[in-house]
Amino acid sequence: MPREHYLNSSYGIRSWLLTTDHKRIALLYLVSVTFFFFVGGVFATMIRIHLLTPEGALVSPETYNKLFTMHGVAMIFFFLIPSIPSVLGNFLIPQMIGAKDVAFPRLNLLSWYIYIIGGCFALYSFSTGGLDTGWTFYTPLSSIYSNSAVTPAVLGIFINGFSSILTGLNFIVTIHTMRAPGMTWFRLPLFIWSHYATSLIMVLGTPVVAITLLLAGLERMLHLGFFNPAMGGDPILFQHLFWFYSHPAVYIMVLPAMGVVSEIIPTFARKPIFGYSFVAASSIAIAVIGFLVWAHHLFMTGMSAYSALAFSFLSYLVAIPSAVKVFNWTATLYKGSISWDAPMLYALGFIGLFTIGGLTGLFLACLGLDMHIHDTYFVIAHFHYIMVGGAVMGYIGGLHYWWPKISGKVYPEALSRFAAITLFLGFNLTFFPQFILGYLGMPRRYHSYPPEFQVLNVLSTAGASILALGYLLPMAYLTWSMRYGKVAGPNPWPATGLEWKTTSPPPTENFPVTPVVDWEPYDFPNRPDLGLTPGTLAPVPGDD
Amino acid sequence: MQSQFPLYPPAASNFAPRVDDLMTYLTYVCVFFAFLITAAIVYFFFKYHRKRPDEVGAPIHGDMRLEATWIIIPSILALSMFGWGAAVYVDYRHTPPDTLDIYVVGKQWMWKAQQPNGLKEINELHVPVGRNIRLILASEDVVHDFFVPAFRVKMDVVPGRYNTMWFRPTKPGRYHFFCSQYCGTNHALMGGWVTVMDPTDYAAWLSGTSGGAANPVDVGAKLFEDKACATCHIADGSGRAPSLNGLYGAQVLLADGTTVTADDAYIRESILQPNAKIVAGYQPLMPTFQGQLTEEQIIALTSYIKSLQSQPVPAKGAGIAPSARKK
Repeated sequence: MPREHYLNSSYGIRSWLLTTDHKRIALLYLVSVTFFFFVGGVFATMIRIHLLTPEGALVSPETYNKLFTMHGVAMIFFFLIPSIPSVLGNFLIPQMIGAKDVAFPRLNLLSWYIYIIGGCFALYSFSTGGLDTGWTFYTPLSSIYSNSAVTPAVLGIFINGFSSILTGLNFIVTIHTMRAPGMTWFRLPLFIWSHYATSLIMVLGTPVVAITLLLAGLERMLHLGFFNPAMGGDPILFQHLFWFYSHPAVYIMVLPAMGVVSEIIPTFARKPIFGYSFVAASSIAIAVIGFLVWAHHLFMTGMSAYSALAFSFLSYLVAIPSAVKVFNWTATLYKGSISWDAPMLYALGFIGLFTIGGLTGLFLACLGLDMHIHDTYFVIAHFHYIMVGGAVMGYIGGLHYWWPKISGKVYPEALSRFAAITLFLGFNLTFFPQFILGYLGMPRRYHSYPPEFQVLNVLSTAGASILALGYLLPMAYLTWSMRYGKVAGPNPWPATGLEWKTTSPPPTENFPVTPVVDWEPYDFPNRPDLGLTPGTLAPVPGDD
Repeated sequence: MQSQFPLYPPAASNFAPRVDDLMTYLTYVCVFFAFLITAAIVYFFFKYHRKRPDEVGAPIHGDMRLEATWIIIPSILALSMFGWGAAVYVDYRHTPPDTLDIYVVGKQWMWKAQQPNGLKEINELHVPVGRNIRLILASEDVVHDFFVPAFRVKMDVVPGRYNTMWFRPTKPGRYHFFCSQYCGTNHALMGGWVTVMDPTDYAAWLSGTSGGAANPVDVGAKLFEDKACATCHIADGSGRAPSLNGLYGAQVLLADGTTVTADDAYIRESILQPNAKIVAGYQPLMPTFQGQLTEEQIIALTSYIKSLQSQPVPAKGAGIAPSARKK
């Protein structure tokens, strides 16, 4: 371990709360998003226990409605959206491009404070009566009929939006202006490409949801009739505005995870990524086309059939770049030198679960099938495969991959592999039965259900208990390793990125001397500095 | 017939086999791809497992032919899914003529249905097998969704507007219907049963139990007097507002020169927002009835106006477009 690094360069609570070091800010986010993940996880646990019996085993209908609403709000707005960008993105983007910090370090700290203030509003809502509108806040239920603490929650999400916007802005400017000499656009790690695409969505999409929720809040507080039909408003307008952001927000959650996987796969296969430019371009394509598919959430609102056709078509279009990524990751494994370390298990688990999540998206984009499966458990299963199977697997995989860099320490190897496999199996047992439940017709957001759906619900709850173990284990051993883990060294895997050229943990300024990049990304065969032996495994294509 | 652990719900409408076929097609295609990718990953995972710690993979950077293949083939398959799905959906959204119309009103947290003869049901819906049924959906409060899994159809029930959905029941029986758009506390209890009956049973049920139920046309006629509609909408066309005789289903000529079909949605809008569409030759005098009528009263008024369809249309003051009147 280096004698001085970003963790011990200064001490005391002020040195953390007033820091402008992107790495320390990343750790502030790590602690706070983990807190919200825990809050959302407790709600999820109670939901799954409640659904063990058809009549509902645990809580009243009001409480159940609050549980799934608060689960959604905590997980989406305060965990999933900030998780990878604000933790791993903050920590890594400057290091990956050879910069000392992000472009606007103080703005970066401000983003965290805004997130905390927004989070406090949400917690205030949760603890003063809770929230029962669903995380989607559909009007006029949220603006007129709900008796729960809608206003503070809406304000919290509104405020939190600025954190997202400022983070996105910071990343875009950083990536444009602060790349080290030689770090051309096509030498950028794919993690950077995916964060660039994510940042575009954050900057362009978040204002829309902020305004939309503010309008709903104003309708609630001041009785202005934006969405209330009794006053000439249009409840469906809310849905259009809400999903104009909230569908692209799905890509805010999953694009960074794709970036993580695009780093892990080449490192643990010790191979250049297959089709670099296709993987990079598909991130941008997803961000752009992702803005044009929002109304596929509204096929059954009575919207014009012609516009439904257009949105269905565009939804199929956005699936293609995701498929391209999956194929390229898989092809990268071919003739690799594949290690079975925990990050690789998480990344491969991501591919499997994201593939199922993505393919089931095709079912929902299909107009004729959406007639039946819209608003059923099929949708729940689909988006949990994307957001938990995809985004959370990517996040936890990324934490495992960069943990030696973040903490300077190594975590227990066997335990980490066990946790990755537990997570994968538990996840599938939790959510796969829900696809079947959905096709059988069980609607979402039901505190009680007909008895014929019980077996599948019990399976799902059983899976959730395994899943919970898969989350708690890494929390425990990663924390343990910070103090007791073995020293990692600067480049333990080894990997090709610039972040591995500096010490672990890195010094506050990341690089004592600004690095000059004269290599191509993931070019393991031509990197003698990594101490590997090229040519030890079937290097000639077609030799196998 | 149903296995203990079915993968498909009972199929009891014209749409059910079509949606199930679509489901089967997408499942086969997607399982194939999921299997392909999983098999490749598992095979590579073991086949290329690192054998020496300093080993490096082969320097392969990509292949344009492969990229083209895995862009083009999925695109074609996606297009086929889109097209097939669109065909089913377009048929669903296009209501055939000659339907049996049933009004369904959703409110927190119950469903009220009104049969053509005025018979009302709560959390029950009786329909005859083999007839095209159209549900005209209205909400008293928030957005609901009427969902019948056995029919594979659903439609949001949106306050402030009528949505319609249609289906043709194909198998007698009792089937769940649910509210599938989250609508507040007892959302999960806002469901009931659709009873699909033989047409003769349905007719018997309809006549046998309709005793005592107020006829919606009579209710509407009374409302028409009580709310003073009759003072302006005089049948012979001499009033300050157009006669409503023969109006339902006809083309109405508007002040801006366009025409509109006088369907349920138009009549509803004209009651609640009278100034939205002004009939040619008339002044925007009518007050709004927004907030003064329940959805059920609007349905009764509409039923009454519908009953005037066969009444003699006055030569002047009908508001009906001349071309439509000739027919």
